[in-house]
Parts: sequence; structure tokens; C-alpha cells
Amino acid sequence: MEYEVAEATHYGRDSFLNLESGQSVNSDETSHGVRLEMSAIEVSSLEKSYGPLKAVDGISFSIRKGEVFSLLGPNGAGKTTTIEILEGLRQRDGGTVSVLGDDPWAKGYELHKKLGIIPQGFTFFPKATPREAVIYYSTLFGVKTDADAILRKVILDDASKVYFENLSGGQKQKLGLALALVNNPELLFLDEPTTGLDPQARRNMWDVIRGLEKEGHTIMLTTHYLEEAELLSDRVAIMNHGKIITDGTPAEIIEKQGSGERLEVRGDQRLADYVRDKTGFDVTYRSGLVSVRLRNTRDAVTALSNIDSSGLPWKDLRTRQDSLEDIFVKLVGGSLEEGGTITGPSDKSETNVENN
Amino acid sequence: MVHPSRILADLKVFVRGYTRSKIGLFFSLVFPIILILLFGAIFSGGGGGPINVYVENQDPNGLASQAFVHALNNNSTTTVTLVSQDQNLSQYLLAHSANQGVLIPQNFTYDYSHNITVSVTVYANPADTSSPILYETVNGIVTSFNTRGSPHLSISVQQLSIKSQSYKYIDFLIPGLVGFSVLTSPMFSLVNISSEYKKTKLFKQLSLTPLTKTEWLTSKFIWYVVLGIISFVLMTQVGAALFGSHLNYALMIIPFLVIGPLFFVSLGMLVGMISKSVESAAVVGNLITFPMMFLSGTFFPVSQMPMYLQNVAHVLPLFYLIDGLNQVMIYNNFGQALFDLELMVALSAIVFVLAVVFFKWRED
Repeated sequence: MEYEVAEATHYGRDSFLNLESGQSVNSDETSHGVRLEMSAIEVSSLEKSYGPLKAVDGISFSIRKGEVFSLLGPNGAGKTTTIEILEGLRQRDGGTVSVLGDDPWAKGYELHKKLGIIPQGFTFFPKATPREAVIYYSTLFGVKTDADAILRKVILDDASKVYFENLSGGQKQKLGLALALVNNPELLFLDEPTTGLDPQARRNMWDVIRGLEKEGHTIMLTTHYLEEAELLSDRVAIMNHGKIITDGTPAEIIEKQGSGERLEVRGDQRLADYVRDKTGFDVTYRSGLVSVRLRNTRDAVTALSNIDSSGLPWKDLRTRQDSLEDIFVKLVGGSLEEGGTITGPSDKSETNVENN
Repeated sequence: MVHPSRILADLKVFVRGYTRSKIGLFFSLVFPIILILLFGAIFSGGGGGPINVYVENQDPNGLASQAFVHALNNNSTTTVTLVSQDQNLSQYLLAHSANQGVLIPQNFTYDYSHNITVSVTVYANPADTSSPILYETVNGIVTSFNTRGSPHLSISVQQLSIKSQSYKYIDFLIPGLVGFSVLTSPMFSLVNISSEYKKTKLFKQLSLTPLTKTEWLTSKFIWYVVLGIISFVLMTQVGAALFGSHLNYALMIIPFLVIGPLFFVSLGMLVGMISKSVESAAVVGNLITFPMMFLSGTFFPVSQMPMYLQNVAHVLPLFYLIDGLNQVMIYNNFGQALFDLELMVALSAIVFVLAVVFFKWRED
């Protein structure tokens, strides 16, 4: 018998019988165990409007030194406006903002010497090469830099003499990152650094960002790739319509907003009914996938035992808990398409119903 | 605070981009040379169309003098522009970069009707190919008057040279095209750059570095001064080598080659910044640039244009740049050149301030 796995599981946090639900990262440490000290960024009741549109509606959050913090949300959620206010590129309408102890609008010029920024849709002079770009930025910042070493760090040394206009999308973004690193910044703002990149280029960029985190850089990331945020971030905030609708570590958010851990096997509706009848557990069937909601590790053993004794065909055993994608769909009421466009739940369910 | 090292770094990266794109270099350096070759070749053998003649009629109420002016204005070779009686025609012609003029004396009608010999004076530049045509035309009218009025020759023609030195069309063309180059290179480039950088948010990116707006503008200004000087040297050398132009080279030329780019870099920047899109910036830029290009004495002396167009020319900043270069390079008239320069400095200061005010790295 052939079974189809629903696309909804694609972004799931898969783990083979890894039942660790309930554990969360200590709030004083990053997921990599780096001890955090004072805040790099403090935002309180931040507001910004464009005419009648309230782009940022009284949000508050803080980012501790040494952590990777991601701001998630669909297009128009207010992410870029927020990050541009923090970068000192836009003036806020209300609230207070402190970046490395300074007001970014008032002290932007001095502050930029301590910041590394990749703006959304990074671009550069079309006829300049990455090597020239790094030397140019080094001179502007008044620092001595080994251009080749920086380009090696972002894995761009093989294209160091190619004109910017001839670089691929991923290479252009890497150059943006290289330029953001020229002044050895305390704090990095990466505004959608992987948007539009192919999966391989995106993974390359993730490797570079992980390397920077290990070096102890504080990183604020905006993205609409939930998988990216989940993989890279110590803490995440989800924005929609100018407000932060939830925040915390990915594990905290999943624990707080998710529906817990599930055991899943490929099977048919009869198997789902059998396990439900025998165990009384919350069992669902959808698109060839039987899903059993677990409350503890004993539930997993009981469910598995009943699946095995049913005599019905099954395969591909795994446990799974809600991903950020699942949480996002639940909170925002849709999922994110490539480019940050939000798709309504009805669109999503239509694509997933196959064997019903 | 302005840092020379940052200006130099920005200049380096800009010049590299400029020279690598080739298009900019073509329009800055090669295109004006092509225009010199083209116009030089076309007009080296004489021009076409009616010759504009400045006529000072000191006998405005006399019937004969009026008939003379009418005859001069109603033939296929000359048209008349009347000059006020209180002008010194010779000086007036110099000031208006004009090569042809006719002076009708106060007692013209009286002398003509009483068979007393009277002279009309033709002012002409012997080197100008139009001058013999004017002389022949005036001669023809005089002959006609003498035949009709009296058996005696009562009108004679006196020919005066307006300059001791002879000038050719190419001598007027070169300062005009230097002005053309000083106008077009920075204008087209800055209009495009500023609107494009605004659209692609490159300005926003630059604002994240210690580079200041003034440093960025300064590096562009320096490049267009250098480009203007290179263009000037190329054009004057080509003009001299191929068409035998001979112009005066004085230090006074340098301020014009500096203030011109400052004005047009600022104006281009201003147009780019106040325009909503790259496309609208290009339209506004062209609306400003093209009338200036053709009406400021770039290809033909302004004095040869109809009076209403001359009035238009006098409100165009490029006119004062080209006129200043003409005054230095052709007429050795440093007084008038200084006036043009002062005007350009004042205009440049205003436009520069406006450009800086409207030039925004960041958004409110």
C-alpha cells in the first residue's frame, strides 16, 4: 500500500524517538552555552506610522549581548521598519530605543562605526569587485583590513575579482556580509540576508552566520524563513501587523504555543481508529499519516505497542513536535511563501488533502 | 568633519566604475570631439541661412534710412536686428559675440536726398565666411539706392574690421562645446546616479559608513572637474590641429572649468533627489539640459539667434559659462568674463546649498 506524507510535516522538527519536551534553554545562556551579559538592544513601546498605517505598534523587546535574535513575520509585518529604526536609518514616532547604549537616530553616525549592517536587498556599485569593495569600506571606516581574509571568511574569495553586477544573488549577499564585518562590529543587523537565494546558497550563508555567532557577535536577524530562524536563533520574536505576537527561544515558543510532541507512522484510517480505540489517545489521520499526541514517554511506548499489535500495515515511525512554521500558521493564520507572502490556511489545507 | 582619505577612496571607486562602464567616457570625452569634427567640417566652408546683421540706425525717422533697413531685412541673405542709437556698435558687436553690423549715420536721409556723399559703415569679421556675403549684400542695396535716387554716387561703403585678429567658426565652437561637456557629463550622470542610488537604497547603505554627504558630493565634483579639464585639453588640441583654431589660453579659464562642474553636479544631484523615480528624474533632467544645450551658444553664437531666443538664453546658466569662456578665449574681455564668473559662483552656491538640503541619506 502506498502512503503519501502531508507537506505540512516538511518543516517539522524531526527527531527519532527523542522525547525531550518540556526542556527549554536557560534564559541566561545562548543555545551554545555562551553566558550572556547586558543588553545590546533595548526597545520599549516603539511606534512608527506611515500616514494612517501603523507599521510598528508599541513593540518592546531586548537583545542580549552575544545572542542571535530573529524577528519573524510576513511582508508588511513591520520587521524592516523596526530594524531600520534600530540602525538609525528611520526616525521613530514614539517609544524608546537604545542600541549599544545610544539612541540610534541621535547618535547614528558614531554608532555606525560599531555596527555591521546588511540592509534588505543589499546592492553595491555595479563595476566594483568584492575585493575593491572591502578595501573601500576599510578606508571609509579608517581600519586596516586583510580584504582577502574577510572574503575567505564569508566564502567569497573565489569571486574576489568579479564585478558586483556579475555576482550571483548569494555572492552579493555574502559581499554584504563581508562589508558588514569590515569594522569588526559589536552588533550585526542582517535584514533578510538569504531572501531570494537558492537552498545551497542559503545554507552557505547559515554556515557563515553560525561562525559569526561562535565568535561572539551579537546578531539581529530578520527573516521570513522560519526554518532559518529556528536553526540560527537563540531567541525569536514573531511580528504581525506591527505587533510582537509571541517571543522567546524557539523551544519556549514551541512549548508555549505548540500542541506538544506526537508519534507518527504511515498507515491508514483503520490503524488510526484502532489505536484510538485501544489507548484513548488523541489520534488523527491525515493524508496517509497516523499521528498520536503524546503526554509523556510512557504514551510513546503504549502507542507503539498498539500499532505493532494491530496487525495493520505501517512504516516510517518517528516522533515530531510543532515547528515554528506550525506555530506561525497557528498565530498568524497562514503560512509563509517564498518572498514573505502569506498564504491563507484554506489554501494550505487544499494542497495537503490527498488521501482523504 | 571632512576626511580627505574618505573622499579619495570614494573618488577611486567612482572613477573605476565610470571608466569601466565606457559609456560615460564616450559621452564625456569622445562625443564632444565627434561634434567638433562634425560641426567643424560642416561650417569650415561657410554657413547657410540668412545672416543676422546688427543695424544701428542713427537716422531713425529718415525715409531713406528706413528704406535702407527695410531692404537689408527683406532679402534672402540677411536679417536685421536693430540696435539702440546710444550704443557703440563696435563694442556692442563684441559684447554680443557678433561678427556683422551696419551703422547708418545720423544725416543719411538728408545727405542722400541732397546728393551729398554719405557712408554706411559695415562692421565685419574678415575671417568670417559670412562677411563677404554681407558686404556684397550691402553693396547691392547701395547700388540700387544710387541708381534710383541720383545719377551721382551718394552712398559709399566703409568696411571696418571688428577685431584685429581673425576668428573662425571653430573658435566659437570650441568654448561652446567645452561648456556642452561641462554641462552634460555631470548633469546626466548625477541625475541618473542620485535617482538610481535612492531607488536601490545605495545611499542608505553609504549612510551606514562614516562617509558623509559632503565627502560623497566632493568626490563627484573633483572627478567632473578633472574630466572637464581633460575634455578641454582634448577639444582645444583637436580644434587647433584639424581646423586651425587659435584661442587665448589664460588662467581665467580655470575658474570656469571648476565652477561649471560644481554647478551642474549640484543641479544634477538636486534634480535626482527631488524626483520621485528614475524615469521622472530623467525627464526633468532632459527638460533642463536640452534647452540649455542648444540655446546657450554651444553650437552657434547666441547673437545669431532671434531676439526672443536671446532673451531665453540670458536666463540659462550655461550661457554665462560659455559666454565667460568666449570672453576669455576669444575677446580677451576679462571684465565681462569676471561678471559671468561672479554670476556662476552665486548660482552655484544657491544650487549647491539646495542640493545638500535635499540630499538625504536617511528617511524621517
